[in-house]
Amino acid sequence: MQDKIRKILKDHGRLAVDANSLAETTDLYQSGMTSHASVNVMLALEGEFDVEFPDHMLKRSVFESIASITSAINQIKN
Amino acid sequence: MFLRVLPLLRARLIRLRTDSPKTCQPGDLTLVLPSHSPLVELARTVGAGTAANFADQVDADARFPHEAVTQLRAHRLLSCYVPQSLGGHGASLNELAFMCEELGKHCSATAMVFAMHQIQVACLVHHCHDDRHLKAYLAQLTQNQHLIGSVTSEVGVGGDMRSSVCAVDVNGDEFTLNKNSTTSSYGAQADDLLVTARTSPTAPSSDQSLVLLAKGQFTMEQTGNWNPMGMRGTGSAPFKLTGKGLTSQIMSTPFATISARTMVPVSHLLWAATWVGNAVASMTRVKSFIKQQARSNPGSLPPTALRMAELAPSIQLLRTSYRYLLTEYESINADPTRYDELSTIGYAVRMNNLKLSGSQLIVDIANKALQICGVAGYKNDSKFAMGRILRDAHAAALMVGNDRILNSNANMLMILKGD
Ligand SMILES: Cc1cc2nc3c(=O)[nH]c(=O)nc-3n(C[C@H](O)[C@H](O)[C@H](O)COP(=O)(O)OP(=O)(O)OC[C@H]3O[C@@H](n4cnc5c(N)ncnc54)[C@H](O)[C@@H]3O)c2cc1C
Repeated sequence: MQDKIRKILKDHGRLAVDANSLAETTDLYQSGMTSHASVNVMLALEGEFDVEFPDHMLKRSVFESIASITSAINQIKN
Repeated sequence: MFLRVLPLLRARLIRLRTDSPKTCQPGDLTLVLPSHSPLVELARTVGAGTAANFADQVDADARFPHEAVTQLRAHRLLSCYVPQSLGGHGASLNELAFMCEELGKHCSATAMVFAMHQIQVACLVHHCHDDRHLKAYLAQLTQNQHLIGSVTSEVGVGGDMRSSVCAVDVNGDEFTLNKNSTTSSYGAQADDLLVTARTSPTAPSSDQSLVLLAKGQFTMEQTGNWNPMGMRGTGSAPFKLTGKGLTSQIMSTPFATISARTMVPVSHLLWAATWVGNAVASMTRVKSFIKQQARSNPGSLPPTALRMAELAPSIQLLRTSYRYLLTEYESINADPTRYDELSTIGYAVRMNNLKLSGSQLIVDIANKALQICGVAGYKNDSKFAMGRILRDAHAAALMVGNDRILNSNANMLMILKGD
């Protein structure tokens, strides 16, 4: 799952660094992801993992790191 | 007469605050109904007195409303949102909004200067946490009544508040910060500043800090004129800022959080409150115009009276929409377990909606008010003159361009499931 997330971050996150070099807990916003870019990341994640983020999960802290995204997707899938 | 009443009001205020059994925390709902709050009464007095007296002059000369701001200082209203524990009045945001309305009824520039200053105070109050330097700054504010300016806009990023070109450059426990701002209200009068900047020279543009610069630590060199269509008293010229301070003045909460939790919602709420004041000002002129018409032909309803009745629901809509969101904001802000709600996309969209609808409504209201008063409203030297109100109203859509906000909302609505 993490490889797919990294690929999405690479394609849509507009990060200032290489998505493959990010630690799981690196703050994506501090790595250059803007709120605009994060919406595209969310859309791509929904498409890739066939999930829908409920509105209460559409917040900064959920999309802050690869680890938080992974746990959010797992939470929705279960 | 005001001179005799004011000390009484202040005494009542002190009594009310000290008698109150609970200590007022930032964001607490006030125990007094805001419209009867002594703070609001003080703002009402400054609005109807000094602000009203100088509003046309301030507008004509495009100069800072220093008479009214001096009065606000004299009543120590620049620190009213500072919590009681730090020596302030511990005003609620509700009270601040009513104060903005009162000032906005008479001078939009004074109201907007007051609103913008309070937005900066709110950022410091909500996010100072246990930082003793910031707390000491707020405690001093109750004495020195400094006016705090905001420098978010920047050459190269325009009105995108969440993006900076400039950066704080830290060396030991000091930093330097230089910024070319496109529009800094009362940049020439501000005692202190809150400035957005990248966290370091290598940080991406969206990784920002909010930095406090105090009097004596910065220079603001005006780099362009301020001769705008409206809001002429705000003195929102471009400035070149050169500053230097201690790292303890860099707020530890990331600006992204401050922006979502405080700066954006409080801005949109207090701006909307000033627009309500503006709308009421246009309605007041309309009413006296129609009353004058009615007096000249007793027994028959002037034809424009229907248009007046049509205007009233728009003002009510503007007022209720912001007050609903204000009540919601105050209740979330009083409960730390709910802070996260302010960082959701749904909340950001709602707050943006307030800015979008409010800034359109105020222009619509002022425009309709002009139509009702006709040539009497079109003439600048008439007591029904609508020119200043209408020109001021047009700033609402530009203070962060509405298309910029629509663009954000379009993006966020794509992913939001609810409305
Ligand atoms: C009275 C007043 C007081 C102000 N006070 C201050 C202050 O104290 N401190 C401060 O920092 N700033 C202040 N501002 C600045 C204001 O908030 C804007 O940041 C600034 O005016 C830049 O706006 P702009 O119109 O020049 O440029 P831009 O924001 O670049 O906008 C130009 C035009 O492009 C459009 N646009 C831009 N980006 C997009 C996008 N992504 N999608 C669609 N359309 C877009 C806008 O809607 C607008 O039509 C003040 C403005 C006013 C009017």
